[in-house]
Amino acid sequence: MQLKADGLACNRGGREVFRDLSFALAAGEAMVVTGRNGAGKSSLLRMIAGLIRNAAGRLQLAGGAPDTAIAEQAHYLGHQDALKPSLSVGENLRFWTEFLGARGDIESALNAVELAPLIDLPAAYLSAGQRRRLSIARLIAVPRAIWLLDEPTSALDAPSQKRLADLMRAHLTGGGMIIAAAHGPIGLERARELKLGPA
Amino acid sequence: MSAFSALLIRDMRLAVRAGGGALMGALFFLIVVTMMPFAIGPDLALLARIGPAILWLGALLASLLALDRLFATDHDDGSLDLLMMGPMQLELSVAAKAIAHWLTTCLPLVVIAPVLGLMLNVELHTMGWLALTLLAGTPALTFIGLVGAALSVALRRGGLLLAILVLPLTVPVLIFGVAAANAAIVGPAPFGPPFTILCALSLASLVLGPIAAAATLRHGLE
Repeated sequence: MQLKADGLACNRGGREVFRDLSFALAAGEAMVVTGRNGAGKSSLLRMIAGLIRNAAGRLQLAGGAPDTAIAEQAHYLGHQDALKPSLSVGENLRFWTEFLGARGDIESALNAVELAPLIDLPAAYLSAGQRRRLSIARLIAVPRAIWLLDEPTSALDAPSQKRLADLMRAHLTGGGMIIAAAHGPIGLERARELKLGPA
Repeated sequence: MSAFSALLIRDMRLAVRAGGGALMGALFFLIVVTMMPFAIGPDLALLARIGPAILWLGALLASLLALDRLFATDHDDGSLDLLMMGPMQLELSVAAKAIAHWLTTCLPLVVIAPVLGLMLNVELHTMGWLALTLLAGTPALTFIGLVGAALSVALRRGGLLLAILVLPLTVPVLIFGVAAANAAIVGPAPFGPPFTILCALSLASLVLGPIAAAATLRHGLE
């Protein structure tokens, strides 16, 4: 399985963010997208997720399910956590698991992010880091090949960052791919770097 | 459980939990209809004559009341991104949300309309007919309003824009809804033709609304 980008260009609000961006990522590889604010890190992730259109170029996933869009084989962890405050931790995760079409094991996913004791707590009472961990649990509960992580370590404390790094390593070992936008290290030793030019 | 029913159940659950808008519509309906006799005066004949129109107008405004947040909350917390990345067509996701909205906001209006009709001197035995017209017509309101909700998704205070966009489009529903209700209650025109057109409006918007709203959402996220 290989994700291949060829000559990608991105325009936001009439302004060119980046162009002529090419990369190839094989199964089991991770790539960290770096660059200054406004260089287009988030735009690139959203483009791969199918949430914004590419102005030019092609994105291809070779060796995946051929009839399925890349977006349906990818997880997008954005700046927002996609949680409903009035639903409990378990209800939030169960909804996304069912909606994304998996029969995922919610308890073990919550265990993986150390939120299992809070399963019945309304998400409104979670801290920023706990909310982040709950949305990471979604990636565990629903298996999808590509993880698109937008500053995944934000709001996480040191033990949780280490835990996330372990989960990412397990995902890579299982043949997954990770593309992360980050300003600092995300805890993966063998990640390639894609530097987006100054905006 | 399928993605469709998962989304339907989540939205209904959100509507009845704290901060949801399920009862707001019904309460607004109650207030509007209660105020009418005070404004118009105790002329029972007049109230009976315009009662169906008042109930329909009240239901129309109440059903649009919570609609502006239908996509806006999902947009604000990032859920909309994930809904678009799901395995289900966006049209179906949009339809599931609309059905959940209808069940939690419009169905209560249909249920309390007969009680409110008493305040407007609408005779008890004709209230069933009036509720029937609301039952047939309110899906059209929800599914037409869906397009407005999709258009105003990224706007703060999109509610006013939604009303301005959507209310003109609901005029046919209002006309045939009130015509059918009047035909049943006052006569002498037959009930069938306006009621059939009302059903047709609902069925057509049931199909076209989700398609238009999904296209709007896709375009709006650019």
